Amino acid sequence: MCMDVALLVRIFPEVLLDGIILGFMYALIALGYTMVYGVLEFINFAHSEIFIVGAFVGVEILLGLKSVGLLDGLPWPIVLVLVLIAGMAASGLLAVTVERIAYRPLRNAPRLIPLISAIGISFFLQDLIRLVESLWRNAFNMVYPTIDVLNLRFELTETLDVSVKSLVVIVGAVLMLWALHLIVNRTKVGTAIRAVAEDQAAASLMGIDVNRIISLTFLIGGAMGGAAGVLFGVQYGLINPYSGFIPGLKAFTAAVLGGIGNIPGAMVGGLVLGLLEAFAASYLSLLTGGAFGAEYKDIFAFSVLILILIFRPKGLLGEVVRERA
Amino acid sequence: MIQALLTVALVVVSALAVAKFPRSVLVFLLFQGSLVFVYRAQIPEWLRRSLLAVALLVLMPAIGYFNGYYLEIATQVGIFVALALGLNIVVGLAGLLDLGYVAFFAVGAYSWAIFGSPHANVIFGGGFPLAGWWFYVFLLVGLGTAAITGILLGLPVLRLHGDYLAIVTLGFGEVIRVLANNLDKPINFTNGPKGITPISRPPAPFGLPYGEYFYFLVLLIVVAVVIVNRRLEDSHIGRAWEAIREDELAARAMGVPLVRMKLMAFACGASFAGVMGVLFSAKQVFINPESFTFLESIGVLAMVILGGMGSIPGAVLGATVVTVLNLQVLKGFSLWLNELKNAGVTVLGYSLADLPTQFEPAKYERMVFGVILVLMMIFRPQGIFPARRRQRELAQPGG
Repeated sequence: MCMDVALLVRIFPEVLLDGIILGFMYALIALGYTMVYGVLEFINFAHSEIFIVGAFVGVEILLGLKSVGLLDGLPWPIVLVLVLIAGMAASGLLAVTVERIAYRPLRNAPRLIPLISAIGISFFLQDLIRLVESLWRNAFNMVYPTIDVLNLRFELTETLDVSVKSLVVIVGAVLMLWALHLIVNRTKVGTAIRAVAEDQAAASLMGIDVNRIISLTFLIGGAMGGAAGVLFGVQYGLINPYSGFIPGLKAFTAAVLGGIGNIPGAMVGGLVLGLLEAFAASYLSLLTGGAFGAEYKDIFAFSVLILILIFRPKGLLGEVVRERA
Repeated sequence: MIQALLTVALVVVSALAVAKFPRSVLVFLLFQGSLVFVYRAQIPEWLRRSLLAVALLVLMPAIGYFNGYYLEIATQVGIFVALALGLNIVVGLAGLLDLGYVAFFAVGAYSWAIFGSPHANVIFGGGFPLAGWWFYVFLLVGLGTAAITGILLGLPVLRLHGDYLAIVTLGFGEVIRVLANNLDKPINFTNGPKGITPISRPPAPFGLPYGEYFYFLVLLIVVAVVIVNRRLEDSHIGRAWEAIREDELAARAMGVPLVRMKLMAFACGASFAGVMGVLFSAKQVFINPESFTFLESIGVLAMVILGGMGSIPGAVLGATVVTVLNLQVLKGFSLWLNELKNAGVTVLGYSLADLPTQFEPAKYERMVFGVILVLMMIFRPQGIFPARRRQRELAQPGG
């Protein structure tokens, strides 16, 4: 048992780092859920696919650059920024398109109707990605091409070494979240978004074009998802059309955890869930003597969701979970 | 009179056509279509019933004699009809969107798979598998276990509504799948991703071949399920469910016991899935967690929605159409495409042989479900055969 404790302590910094990276990833995705819930009060189930589309656009751009020899020719920060912008643009536009086609006609329908439509879009997009990649590359499991600099590791302490890409992911996520914070709280558009979330009818009486703001919300939320997709690909390397589903579900959990509709809540919820999951994944098996391993981390996340919904439906930061009548 | 003659002629001709061209997917589709026609045609009730009975009891097994795969499709259709009817109670009647419905199917399937195979020896020592006739007992055991699981799920989530309920049930479905995948240690209950095999089958009476036997058994259960559903729909329980769906507050004010009714909806819906799960595991002889994914839950949901939420004929039709699309049309299209590829056919100057090998139409069932869900929600949310009460509700905006 003594040895176990020593091991637990030794791996602690590493697990903490993993948890933070995962947490920022969830936070970025959770923003898409929470912003849409804020203005429309419905769960955009297709957001997990909007996220993974970002990852696929990222991998395609990297492979494209590689094939013309620019991947190593261009400085790596430029490559990364290029890929991020492309992923964000693609996911943002996709989110707007999806809203226009599948959600807007249903805005006044009974509440389960748009949710079912969103599930349909989610399934449709999964197979659409698969179809496009199968026809284009004859493969749909994609591997992110490596950029050598990103895989360099350096020692922080004796037990912890950090790779450049982990730092890039963390810095990228923080920058995104900060930019979003500025947009929502410091600009006119941000004020309009908050006004629409507060009360659509009143906002429209004040001369705000509600439809345009809703599209914009989808654009921003989708772009955040796309950025998360690219960072996900850079960090974990392997993606397939169906790999957005589980992170999407976790991110939704994070959004609920922080209080859905609440933007800082999504960030906090993401971090908390990421940390919880990382610690569950590495410590469960050690603490139970190998009986329950890391496979149970998904169950862990869902249990958190169920407990939060039952005991603290307002989430950690206390925004009221509203029910649309 | 003319309609009656036409209907009979259509059924007979299409059945003969299937016997003549046992490999043609289109002809079998015609036969299936003729059954829908029988249901919708304006003919005397006795004629409708006897035509359906003849088609399902005589013609279908006869077709199975010519092409065993069609009988397999019919059996699968039956299984999904029962699942769709079960989900129809939860989603359609009580208005509780359950995205983890396949979990109950899994509970039923694993209950027989564990005890009906040598696998139980690992847990309890010797003495297994149970003799084949226990299968019939386990139909009830599966029913009970699934119903209890339904209540266990229902209890904590009673306070949740709408989208939250949907997400939690989805999480529950995933939990059951993860458990099935990982409960091979510390005690080996499910044998993990490798699955359980061989699972015993009940002795078939009258020396029937297993294909025909399972077909008749499924048909029997489906008939029972339909009868139970129709009785429930018009009982005070069914009315209470619909009252909850329409307006929970008003229902409570009228004295509907919310807790009991919601739990009952979960338990009823789950029990159908449990029975079918037991049957499924015996029919397949082998099960693993792959059969109980979120995809299956959404597939069953797509069936209910296509036919019309809350409508029994709708659920039957939806299950048939979706299963046939999946097993017959998509697969048929894949085979056909492969034949064309091998024959080196070119379309508009593009040689089909150049099509990527990863492109297989049979693998795109998610796309089918997705398109069905979205199109139905936008253009016909009440479904193909809407329930009468539901139709009125959706006719008014904002309902």
